[in-house]
Amino acid sequence: MKILAIDTSNYVLGIALIDDEHVIGEYITNVKKNHSVRVMPAIETLMKDCDVQPGDLEKIVVAEGPGSYTGVRIGVTIAKTLAWTLNIPLTGVSSLAVLSASAGHYFDGLISPLFDARRGQIYTGLYKYDHDKLIVDKPDQLLLSKDWAIQLAAQQERVLFVGNDLPIHQAVLKETLGDKAVFANITQQNPRPAELAFLGRDKEAEDIHSFVPNYIRLAEAESKWLEANKGKNV
Amino acid sequence: MGEFIMEKNQWIMGIETSCDETAVAIVKNGTEIAANVVASQIESHKRFGGVVPEIASRHHVEQMTIVLEEALSQAGITMKDVSAISVTEGPGLVGALLVGVNAAKAISFAHDIPLVGVHHIAGHIYANRLVSEMAFPLMSLVVSGGHTELVYMKEHGHFEVIGETRDDAAGEAYDKVARTLSLPYPGGPHIDRLAQSGTPSIKLPRAWLEEGSYDFSFSGLKSAVINTVHNAEQRGESIAPEDLAASFQDSVIDVLVTKTIRAVDEYHVKQVLLAGGVAANKGLRTALEAAFGEKDGIDLVIPPLNLCTDNAAMIAAAGTILFNKGVRSNLALNANPGLDITIHNGE
Ligand SMILES: [Zn+2]
Repeated sequence: MKILAIDTSNYVLGIALIDDEHVIGEYITNVKKNHSVRVMPAIETLMKDCDVQPGDLEKIVVAEGPGSYTGVRIGVTIAKTLAWTLNIPLTGVSSLAVLSASAGHYFDGLISPLFDARRGQIYTGLYKYDHDKLIVDKPDQLLLSKDWAIQLAAQQERVLFVGNDLPIHQAVLKETLGDKAVFANITQQNPRPAELAFLGRDKEAEDIHSFVPNYIRLAEAESKWLEANKGKNV
Repeated sequence: MGEFIMEKNQWIMGIETSCDETAVAIVKNGTEIAANVVASQIESHKRFGGVVPEIASRHHVEQMTIVLEEALSQAGITMKDVSAISVTEGPGLVGALLVGVNAAKAISFAHDIPLVGVHHIAGHIYANRLVSEMAFPLMSLVVSGGHTELVYMKEHGHFEVIGETRDDAAGEAYDKVARTLSLPYPGGPHIDRLAQSGTPSIKLPRAWLEEGSYDFSFSGLKSAVINTVHNAEQRGESIAPEDLAASFQDSVIDVLVTKTIRAVDEYHVKQVLLAGGVAANKGLRTALEAAFGEKDGIDLVIPPLNLCTDNAAMIAAAGTILFNKGVRSNLALNANPGLDITIHNGE
């Protein structure tokens, strides 16, 4: 089964083509450049180089967030539209799960992938491998990295932190967790699109029309409106 | 054996997501609407008193493939029948535009169908071609929530902006005045309705700008309305809202229609087109009909309401012209909130 995987949820732009047991090709960049301009040309180039036609694809997998609202939307829009128009299944995978899988396969402990969410906050979750199967220990969430560090310090296991935004939060994690904190190697900080593809291969398909990004957060105007109308019968 | 030539229909798909409508349409041979699907988000934005860009973008992702599917099914065709995909690349809300642009690119790639980026205002103007054939040269008055422009066209696909707003668009002024009068969002239709029952008895300014200018300005008028209401409140007087609405509308229409008449005379056009959401305004329609009814040889075209407000049939209609002129976009097409309408004039 040929699968196309698309990740535009954060700075890293990742495209992968896999079939049942092979990674056919991957395209990864980690630059702050416009995803909207680059994703479709990247997909076209990778597929052409690998001699795969759009009609050969049997599934689309997309990183569903969390991440940049605009970034996630670009990937999800392309993935939904491709799956719909090619009439093939679509699967969404957490962007944080992808990051965990990109560095944590052989780590004996917990994995905390993270993306910076500004003002001391991070998008993170807690994952672990059980016989080469990635398991969710704590769901994806948004919180202050210093609160996250305190939560993690209360348990026994070592924690592997992964992500290009580590330098922003490394000091506070190290300070609170000491030797329990392990940081992934620089070559493993990019979410690997091939990992996304394999995570999605084994996950069931979504309803294409109703599939939406996992933003984690409500739009600011929406949460303010809910706050202002709390208790009112609206 | 003789050669067998089959007449082939040209089906162009249009995709429009520049503001708060997710729209897909199929237009046959440039003028015939085979499908025109619009998913409006207005109910969602009403509670905020205006369009919230992030929320608009989220709704577009929810609606995109549903609207695409509905359009194909209404037209009774498949993607294989489509000659080109045209999509609004700007101007508009960047996050909203991005959804349409990326959906269009994905379909174009999946089926190897040519892609054509379209200017939103070119679309509004071409809505008229779905009503009656265009006659050149022509003058188009474009009035919407985001635009107030006079666009001259000497031929198909060639646009020259001879005047535009220097501050608020007419539709924006309508929304702000409606808020001052505590009318619900969107305010335009409410003011138009109120104005029908009022008399334009309150003196409000008209911004003619420099001698000979075709530009517009509505922020002074908007401030004058707000001041009139506040001053009356301070004096403990009450102003009849229908009279204020009528006076405001009178001022807007006076400027729009007077400048249009002058442009029509100077450019010797054969046709006047009204385009954009404010074309739904009854007062404006009536004033234009009165102005051009007596003018010999000038044809006034005002499209029906569903083609004045944002839709994708207008994008497909403009897209057809550009496509047949050889305009093509590639997979690097981006949303461009500041897109210039004249970019394809040379083609
Ligand atoms: Zn418009």
